[in-house]
Amino acid sequence: MAKDMADAKEMTEPKIKIENLYKIFGSNPKKHLPKVQHGMSKDDLLDTHNHVLGVHNVSLDIMPRQIQVVMGLSGSGKSTLIRHINRLIEPTGGEIFIDGEDVLAMNADQLRDLRRHKMSMVFQKFGLLPHRSVRENVAYGLAVQGIDEVERNKRSAHWIDRVGLSGYEDHYPGQLSGGMQQRVGLARGLATDADILLMDEAFSALDPLIRYDMQSILLELQEELHKTIVFITHDLDEALRLGDNIAILRDGAMVQEGNAQQIVLNPADDYIRDFIKDINRGRVIQLHAIANAAALTSAPEDAPQLAGNTVLEDALPVMAEAADQTVKVTASDGRVVGAVSLTSAIQALHS
Amino acid sequence: MWEFLTEFPSLGRRDLADFKNTIDGAFREFSRAYGESLELFFSPLLKFLVWFEKLLLATPWPLIIAIIAALAWLGARSWKITAGSIGAFLLIGFMGMWEDTMATLAIISVATFLCILIGIPIGILMSRSDRMQALITPVLDVMQTIPSFVYLIPVVMLLGIGKVPGLLAVLIYAIPPIVRLTNLGIRLVDKDVLEAADAFGASPRQKLWGVQVPLALPNIFAGVNQTIMMALSMVVIASMIGVKGLGVPVLRAISNQYLALGLMNGLAIVALAIIFDRISQSYGKRLQAHRGQGHG
Repeated sequence: MAKDMADAKEMTEPKIKIENLYKIFGSNPKKHLPKVQHGMSKDDLLDTHNHVLGVHNVSLDIMPRQIQVVMGLSGSGKSTLIRHINRLIEPTGGEIFIDGEDVLAMNADQLRDLRRHKMSMVFQKFGLLPHRSVRENVAYGLAVQGIDEVERNKRSAHWIDRVGLSGYEDHYPGQLSGGMQQRVGLARGLATDADILLMDEAFSALDPLIRYDMQSILLELQEELHKTIVFITHDLDEALRLGDNIAILRDGAMVQEGNAQQIVLNPADDYIRDFIKDINRGRVIQLHAIANAAALTSAPEDAPQLAGNTVLEDALPVMAEAADQTVKVTASDGRVVGAVSLTSAIQALHS
Repeated sequence: MWEFLTEFPSLGRRDLADFKNTIDGAFREFSRAYGESLELFFSPLLKFLVWFEKLLLATPWPLIIAIIAALAWLGARSWKITAGSIGAFLLIGFMGMWEDTMATLAIISVATFLCILIGIPIGILMSRSDRMQALITPVLDVMQTIPSFVYLIPVVMLLGIGKVPGLLAVLIYAIPPIVRLTNLGIRLVDKDVLEAADAFGASPRQKLWGVQVPLALPNIFAGVNQTIMMALSMVVIASMIGVKGLGVPVLRAISNQYLALGLMNGLAIVALAIIFDRISQSYGKRLQAHRGQGHG
């Protein structure tokens, strides 16, 4: 019980805190930072000063044990943003805190320690060492930490098994398919037991079926590992499937941030409306997002009850069968919090 | 006025002579003052060279051929190359060139070893910073293009005639490719792999020895191969300043117009070159064999 209390407290503090982050690429970024802070646009900066605005005033609190998706089209600055978290890229302005520690104040040794123990990363192009076997690749982070070989191989074997690559320990990355290589990348990221996992378009290079498989593996692992995952993607379906929270970037700036429900039901602007127009809303929108407490009064006593996290696609048949075509919605503690009618459900699907 | 345009405004003949004399004099002074200590400095090298040559000559020839065959097999894993090497050495011995070949083998091996020992660290240094690269590249260009006879002059003035100055001449000529290809190999290492190493907190040393050098090995090996080839091509010039070996009879053949002698020894040098080239090249290829084609 005490542990739950501690966890609850931990849950309220962001694991990663990004504040007013700016990144300008060019010969003299610092000089042009004030202009951007005073409202110069990305295009003007490029035209008049030949500098590229990579990240534009992004602030983001990433909560522990959640999958934070950062989504945007190519060139939106999402891969640049994620590289600021472990300082593979130095920001031009702004602040980054991890567990309350100022990452930008760290010297080279502290930063190395942070990368070795607190976070690991999975890459779009895998970034595996071609001259080392699968076993050695998975153990790479451990080798960098200076852990001895026996222990390394033991832990490596465990994670190779978890991602379903047992039997391939002695293969080299070049001998594996793309999907298998990324399993190696994922196992390598997990093997160091770091709290934070940064995934930069980790599944984007894979074909759709394999991508879906990898998403399933990730969700399955996350259910027991509860890591803080920052997941970069340009694929909305992937974002909606994986993300506890989704941030959408455009031209380096954050356009909208929220969970899948909020983004689908209340898109911030046309850019996002455009983004979400082709998705299957029935599989995303959950009952609690459209449940109405006022409708509860008119709902019949014996209306069927459904959990709040039921998606519309699953709820519609129940509604159609129900008397008065209305269902009651329950919160996670079983309390009835509202009702949803078939009409309002259909409206949510189409608006 | 017209004369100014047709006659290049050069330094006067006397000034020029003074200029040259000053440099020559200064260098002569330098070699008088330091020649002996330089010789002393290189004497362990000389002893090693002499010892190695004697060792090769004292070793029974079947043993040498067995060692060559073993090297060929370990390096190339090919029966053809191994059999070819054995055949070439048998023929060389049969044609009476065994001793000269051993002498050449001795200086080439030592030169290659020294090139690797000196060249790879310089190449690594060069890959670490663009300024270093800008600094070293012109030096390498000079070393590769300056006519060998030109740098033979100061080397001979300093150290006289013999094995060590010959070895130095070979080193100057043969070291650039291994430096260049080490530098290139490290710079060509996949940026994504390096980024991954960074992301896991690898220190610069862990990156260098765990990622960059291993991934640059095929290129470094191409450099070793080139270095051996260039060292072999210096055999004749080195023999002009007193290095024994296959170059000596070639030189004699040139001055006396002995066609057969020149051809025989020249072809022996070619045979050595081909053998070492095939062995080191296929070893370099085998280094990347397990990397496969890669996906995506």
